Formats: sequence, structure tokens, C-alpha cells
Amino acid sequence: MTRPRPRTPESESETRNPTGGGATAMRLIVPLQGVVQGRGGLILGSLIPCALFYFFQLYLKRHRSPKPGSNPTSPSQSSSNLSDLQRSSSRSNLSSRGSIGPVQVSSRASSIAKPNDSPYYIGLDRVSGDPYDRLDNPNGIIQLGLSENRLCFDLIEKWLSENTKDSVMGRDGADLSIGGIAPYQPSDGLMEFKVAMAGFMSQVMGRAVSFDPSQMVLTAGATPALEILCFCLADPGNAFLVPTPYYPGFDRDMRWRTGVELIPVHCRSTDNFIISITALDQAFNQTRKRGIKVRGILISNPSNPVGNLLPRETLYNLLDFAREKNIHIVSDEIFAGSMYGSEEFVSMAEILDMEDIDKNRIHIVYGLSKDLALPGFRVGVIYSFNESVLVAAKKLTRFSSISAPTQRLLISMVSDTRFIQEYIETNKKRIREMHDLFVEGLKQLGIKCAQSCAGLYCWADMSGLISFYSEKGELELWDKLLNIAKINVTPGSACHCIEPGWFRCCFTTLSQEDVVIVIERIRFCKLFTASSPRNKNYNDFKRELYGGN
Amino acid sequence: MALNKNQQLLSKIATNDRHGENSPYFDGWKAYDKNPYHPIDNREGVIQMGLAENQLCFDLIQKWIRGNPKASICTAEGVHEFKNIAIFQDYHGFKEFRQAVANFMGKARGGRVTFDPDRIVMSGGATGANETVMFCLANPGDAFLVPSPCYPAFDRDCGWRTGVQLIPVNCDSSNNFLITKAALEAAYERAQQDNINVKGLILANPSNPLGTVLDRDTLRSLVSFINEKKIHLVSDEIYAASVFSTPSFVSVSEIIEEMECDRDLIHIVYSLSKDMGLPGFRIGIVYSYNDAVVNCGRKMSSFGLVSSQTQHLLASMLSDDEFVDNFLKENSERLAKRHSLFTKGLEKVGITCLKSNAGLFVWMDLRRLLKEQTLESEMTLWRVIINEVKLNVSPGSSFHCSEPGWFRVCFANMDDVTVEVALERIRVFVEKQQVKSKRKFQSNLKLSFTSRRYDESVMSPHMMSPRSPLVRART
Repeated sequence: MTRPRPRTPESESETRNPTGGGATAMRLIVPLQGVVQGRGGLILGSLIPCALFYFFQLYLKRHRSPKPGSNPTSPSQSSSNLSDLQRSSSRSNLSSRGSIGPVQVSSRASSIAKPNDSPYYIGLDRVSGDPYDRLDNPNGIIQLGLSENRLCFDLIEKWLSENTKDSVMGRDGADLSIGGIAPYQPSDGLMEFKVAMAGFMSQVMGRAVSFDPSQMVLTAGATPALEILCFCLADPGNAFLVPTPYYPGFDRDMRWRTGVELIPVHCRSTDNFIISITALDQAFNQTRKRGIKVRGILISNPSNPVGNLLPRETLYNLLDFAREKNIHIVSDEIFAGSMYGSEEFVSMAEILDMEDIDKNRIHIVYGLSKDLALPGFRVGVIYSFNESVLVAAKKLTRFSSISAPTQRLLISMVSDTRFIQEYIETNKKRIREMHDLFVEGLKQLGIKCAQSCAGLYCWADMSGLISFYSEKGELELWDKLLNIAKINVTPGSACHCIEPGWFRCCFTTLSQEDVVIVIERIRFCKLFTASSPRNKNYNDFKRELYGGN
Repeated sequence: MALNKNQQLLSKIATNDRHGENSPYFDGWKAYDKNPYHPIDNREGVIQMGLAENQLCFDLIQKWIRGNPKASICTAEGVHEFKNIAIFQDYHGFKEFRQAVANFMGKARGGRVTFDPDRIVMSGGATGANETVMFCLANPGDAFLVPSPCYPAFDRDCGWRTGVQLIPVNCDSSNNFLITKAALEAAYERAQQDNINVKGLILANPSNPLGTVLDRDTLRSLVSFINEKKIHLVSDEIYAASVFSTPSFVSVSEIIEEMECDRDLIHIVYSLSKDMGLPGFRIGIVYSYNDAVVNCGRKMSSFGLVSSQTQHLLASMLSDDEFVDNFLKENSERLAKRHSLFTKGLEKVGITCLKSNAGLFVWMDLRRLLKEQTLESEMTLWRVIINEVKLNVSPGSSFHCSEPGWFRVCFANMDDVTVEVALERIRVFVEKQQVKSKRKFQSNLKLSFTSRRYDESVMSPHMMSPRSPLVRART
């Protein structure tokens, strides 16, 4: 149990004194009257009003709602009305008052009781209401906003049908036994699974580095992995620097319940959105000036949403920077195995392997949701070189452990190195095919994409299609794409991108035919937009373009 | 304690003690880990009686899984579902899973109340469920009342990352550890005076460690208490289907059907870890009657979603009415048998337990074996039980029990033979103690005064509330 909070001056001022109120009041009012009337004790007459004023301020401060935990979505207060979406890269100024209803829930709960305002979430909701299906709903909204990989399920199904005996209970054809998976297991994952994951991570990263299972903590997905690391490395009110554009989910994973701030460090298309140390330094200093302590840098490598890799030199520079400022680096490498380009992925772990650097500040997050396309199974990894972090993180996995039958199933699958090799290569090939098809299609519409070689998406520059070169213009285009072209893409503002007009388009949930349809729809939307749609009816325009229906 | 350079880079949460794993409660576990009992390989090892796990019904579950290959995505019959399941990460969870869980929860309450599948929110075990509910209901610094003795990990689950404090409401054997409205009122008033914002009351029903169920009248008075104060009630009903004799279990979900109550204040935490004996599966459930909590909790479930593979399996299993009905009945009967075997064995050596009808443990009364009725004595006796008798039982103080001498002993995580071994060890120990005390009585009639400090703490429950008595026992 905890101590009751020590009495603070604020609470003391609050202590009501039910008895003797009348007498006290008189003792206060009389000298006040004295001052007003120009007589009576000056000290009492001035001290007491000052004291009253002071206590009044304290009272107000005490009764103001507590600081916001953080809104995981964009700062807008209103519903999904486009015109009210505010610039998401500006500072949020949320009201965090508790629920106005009779029963108070926490400020965290009331801050998200309103519908999700970020285009990222609105888009996802809209798709689930009207999902595209080639046969059943050909006019539905095509989902390009969720980075899921559906290209290689056939391989996994084949493996399962050939290996079902081993998969869940018992090994080597041994008898099924629930006693192995039902009872309590170590909350940070079975050692066998850690060993298997260490081998897997090494394999997907091209065997350039090996991972030590004893430096691993397994979690129910990369989402809690990030949150747990954040809880370990920062206190409420501290901050992490994040290069933009970044994965919209970081706002929830790193900020929501932890009370930690994310400070954007803006990157430019001229640098292909690679972070510059100058910008990082600037952001660090500015944050410090505001009295906020920076605890670390959060990077995603391969990058989401851009899909590029951080070059070796940048990684070295980041390490130097972190060492100089005595802060952490969290490297989210969840797309490490979804490479389709010719570049080589360099993990933070690989850099540390080669150098004699203070490793205590480096932490890697991984998971099976992207590379092995198993988001439903909830498998995440925290890989750290810091013993104390591992010890603390392990305890926190009590809240987010991987289900035992899932661990058992995956131990067999992930340890099958021959299968994994085949999977990685086939996956790479298929992503590349889809990427090339999609990017080429966009190119023909005059839409260029950023240089990328990894991930399940491309980062497309549609600034040529927007009417105003601003976030407002971008969101207008997003809205048109959603409602007219009926495709859900993620606008750059949801990723805190400083340059308007960029959109993330995920293509690994599509078939080749679907890609053609998507490109066609974008083309239609482009033409519709170009021909002053405000004066034209959408259906008329469609008829004009395609004739008939 | 000076933080080393390594630790200075870490947060307060990472370096404080609120995870509770440094408490002596876990020393027993460590002793077990070092020297675990095995019927063949290590007959002198420590028998684990400190872990509330139900291993009595594995055979039923195994039989069902074998007989229903379609429910598993790893079998030839079930693999065609694999794609849809592997890709599914929607935090709403599978509809079939929620329906099946709602169905099971209703059956565990004798069908007297139905649960709405749309209010079922997933979490990382009941551990995650309790934490999620706290995140949704309380701000850092707020407090929840909790009747003690209570589950030791409530402090970690409810308070570690949330910043919520727990204020114990002490109950003692004078009235069989019943929660009285007077005690609640007193605790609430005291908190108000200390300027602590009480947001609610959390309790486990059936109770851990007592193994008792709350009677209707007490439940009604609790509900009217929280209604009156406009604070929340979180009812951890994780042992709802582990009730094995009368009186029957009454859930708060039934009470709110019978009386006027602001439903926005009522929340249930559940899990399949105890009732079905599947703690490894990590299935936690938050069931709230408050829409804002359901909404917020659902978004938070991203931090502890149930694996879709597990959801799929349980959706099948729990919608099989025949299996569920039979399971609930068998589970009850086997628990009753084991409970009876154990308590009767204890009675033979003159050890009584609190009369209980639920849970996977008994609340054993060893007060007469204490040298003095102090916490220190309890700790001494406990270390003897671990080191000499070689049983890992849990001392009452780790449950924040204000009365020394009580121990929680789990009986459902072993087979019958091991139970007999444990009883035999207890018998031998008790007989030895009786011989010893006869001798001691004759040689030393003086009272010891060293434990007066602890006597004080026993007398004034309020002073004990801020800190675990274990901390004092060690210093």
C-alpha cells in the first residue's frame, strides 16, 4: 500500500475549518474595512488580502483539472468535419476537463470519449463501414491505409498443413498435452520462443548481426513493446524527439497513458526525409528551453511512412548525439524483413556490434505483425542492451504477455530456417512486384513517390493535385480521395509531415487487378478535381467521362 | 539507495518498488524455484501451495480440443481459417469470441443474468483488466478503497503505472472478515480528511484470499454505499465459476437488476485464468456498464489484445453449451472434493480454516501456533514453514491482513498424492510444535516486549494503511 500523499501547501489551504468560521471572517473583514477606509492595521490590512489572494490562486490551481494524459489523436475537438481538422504538427492545446456528466471518469477516458478526429482513424472507420470486395461490393472503399501484408499467406498455410503435428502441443509428434500451455508461463515469454525469435530476427536482417535471447523481452505486439519501453525510460512530462513524418500510432503508444510528449523533428523531401542532426539539435535545444526534459529519440528504421532506410552514417551520428546528450535511442525495426529494394538494411544492433560504444541507451523494438504478417497473434519484442531496462520491462510484461498456445505454434514455425528463408525471399519478390506496379501506375498520373526500398507502402507526392498548398488543401484532397475515388489513404498531416500533399498508400493488401482499379480511381478523381468540381455534379461528371453508367 | 549510473537513465516507474516483487511474499516462490517438489525426482522439495492455479480440469479441455480440430488453426480441418485469423487485429475482438465469453459468464452465474457481448473488452489477463479499469476511472493520485485481506498484486495492477493509491479497509476474524458499511464509511471519511480523492471501491468476489462469497445483503449495502458517494465499484469476479458449495455466488450484475443504481459506476473484471485453468492463454475481460469506460478500455486493449488464435479457439469452446455445462459442473465437484480432502486433513491435526466455498485455496488459521500475536511472529512461523516443512504458503501479511496468524494455502494446482504429502508434512510439523510449546511453557513464562512496535501497528489500522506491514517486519 502507499503512503497517503504528504500534505502540500495547496492541500493545507484547502483544509476547511468548519467551526469558528464566523469569528475568523470577522477578523479578516475588519482590517480590510480598515484599509479601505484608510484606518486600521496596515499590515493586517494588506497582508490578509494578499494571503487571501494567494490562497485563492492555490485553490484555483488545485481544482483545475490535471494535465492532459495526452490525446492520442489530432488536436481537433469537434467531430469529423473536415474544416475543423487543425494542423496536427502544431502544439496541441487540449482541454482535459473531466466528463461533464454526473459521473467522473479519468481525464484519459474523457479525452477520447469524443469520436476519433485523426484522418488516420476516420479513414479506417469508413472502410469498415463500406469495405471493397471485388465481387460483393465493387464500389466499396479500397483500403490503402492499413499496412498489412496479405501477399504470402499461402506459404504459411502450406507450412501449417505440413507441420500441424508439431504446432501447438507437444513436439516431434508427441501426444497433445494441454499441461504444457495452459498454466502460468514466464510473463516475458518462453525461453524457447526467445531463442526462436532471436534466430528469426537475425535471419530477416540478412544474418549481419546475431541477437542474444537473454536480452529479449517478449510482449503482446509491438504496440505494448513501445509503451513499456516508454514507461521505463521516461517520466510523465518528459519528451522523446521523433523525426517526421512518423507512424500515427506512435502518438497513442508513446504518449497516451505514459504522459510523455513527442516532439517532432521535421524532415524534408529534399533530404528524402532523412533526419538531419542540425534539426535534431535545434529541436533538442528548443525543448529544453521550454523546460521539458528530453529522454530519447524514437526512430523507425525502415521508416514508416516513407519506406526508406537510415544510412549507416546517420545511425552513427544519432549514436553520437545520444551519447553527447545522455539520452536513449529507441529504434523501431518492425519492417526490417519487408525489404524489396537492393539496399542492405543496417540494424542498430549491427552498429553496436562493431563499435565499442556505450550500449545502455539503445533499445530495439520488433514484432511479427509485418514481416510474418501475423498481427492477430500479438507478438512483439523489446531488445535492449540495458540490464536495468530488461529487468523493469520484464515485470511490465505481466500486463501484456503473449498467449502460450501462440508461442508454441510460432516456435515451430519461426525455427524452421529453411521455410523462413523461402518465405523472406518470396515475400521480398512479391512486395517488389506490387510496389513496382503501383508506383508505375502513379507515375503515369504524374504522381511521384519518395525513394523507398522497404515497408508495405509508398510515400506519394500528390501536392500537384491539391488546390491550396497547405494542410487544409491536403485534407481536402484526402476527403475527395475517400469520398469520390473511394480509396482510403493516409494523409501526411496524420503523420505530422511538414510538407503538405504527401500520402501513404499501402499496396500489400491488393491484388494486381485491384491496383489497376485504384490507379483508375485516382485518375478519375484527378480529372474531377481539375475540372472545378464545385460547379459540377459528381455523377454527371462520371457519366461524361465514361459514358452511360 | 544511491542509483547507479545505469539506473539514473531510467524512469521512476522502472526504478520504484510498486511492482511488489521485492516483498517477502515472493521469497517463498524463490524457495520453490530453487528446490521444486517432484513426486519422483525430488521428494524433499518445496511444494508450491502459494500459486492459485486450477489444474483439476485439464483433461476435460484437452478432450474437447482433440475432439474439435476445427477450432484450432493448426489442424488440417481448421487451417483454412488461418488467413482470416492471423490478419485480425481489430480491438473489438471477434464477435463470436465476445458472444462465447458473454455466454460463459452468464452460465457461471446460473443463467440469472445475461451479458452484452458489445460490452466485452479484452485485456492482458485480469492483471491487465484491473489496470485498464483504473486508467479509465482514476487520475494519478486518486485512490480506491479495497477491503483487506486482499490479493497482493492489486497494488501493482491498480497502482504501479496508473499512479492510483489503494486504501485498505481492514476486516478481521471477529465477524468472519465481513466488510461492514461502518468500516467503509470510516475509511472513506479518513481519506476525505487527508484530502485524498477516493474514486471508488475495488474488491474480489469470490474473495481472494478468503475463498468466501459476498452475501446479498452485503452486496446491496456496498452498491448503495458507492451510489451514495458517487464512486465506482470494480468487482473482480475472476473466481465466479470456482464456487463449489453453498451459499451460491451472487454477482454485482444481479444486484443492479434488483435495486436502484447508477450503472455508470459498475464495472466487472473477469478472466479465464482461474475458472478454466488457462492462465497461460492470457484472456482478460473488462465488462463495464459505463459506455465511456467501454469505449476507452477498448482502445486501451491494443496494449493487451488476446491473440486471435486464442480468441478463435475459445469462441468455439465456450459456445459449445454441452461442454460448458458439463465443465462447470465437473469443475465445481472436483474443487469441492479437493477442498474437503484438504480441510478434513487439516482438521485432523487441529488446524481450522475460515469456512469457505469458493476459490482455489483456503484461509488457514495458525494463530495458536504463533509465539505472540504479532507480525514478526507470523513471519518467523512462515519462514519455518518454507524452510523446514517445505511448503510454500502465503502469509496473511502479504494480503495486508491486519490480524497475524492467517495463511493462504492453495490446493488446486497439484494431484491427490501431493496433497497427501503436504498434509503429512503439516501433521508432522504441528505435532512437533505441540511438543515444543509444552517444553517452552514450562521454561519461560516471561512475555517478550520486543514486538511492541508491531503491536501498535496492529491496534491502529489507519497507521498501517500507508505502508505494507512487510516493510516494517523487515526493518
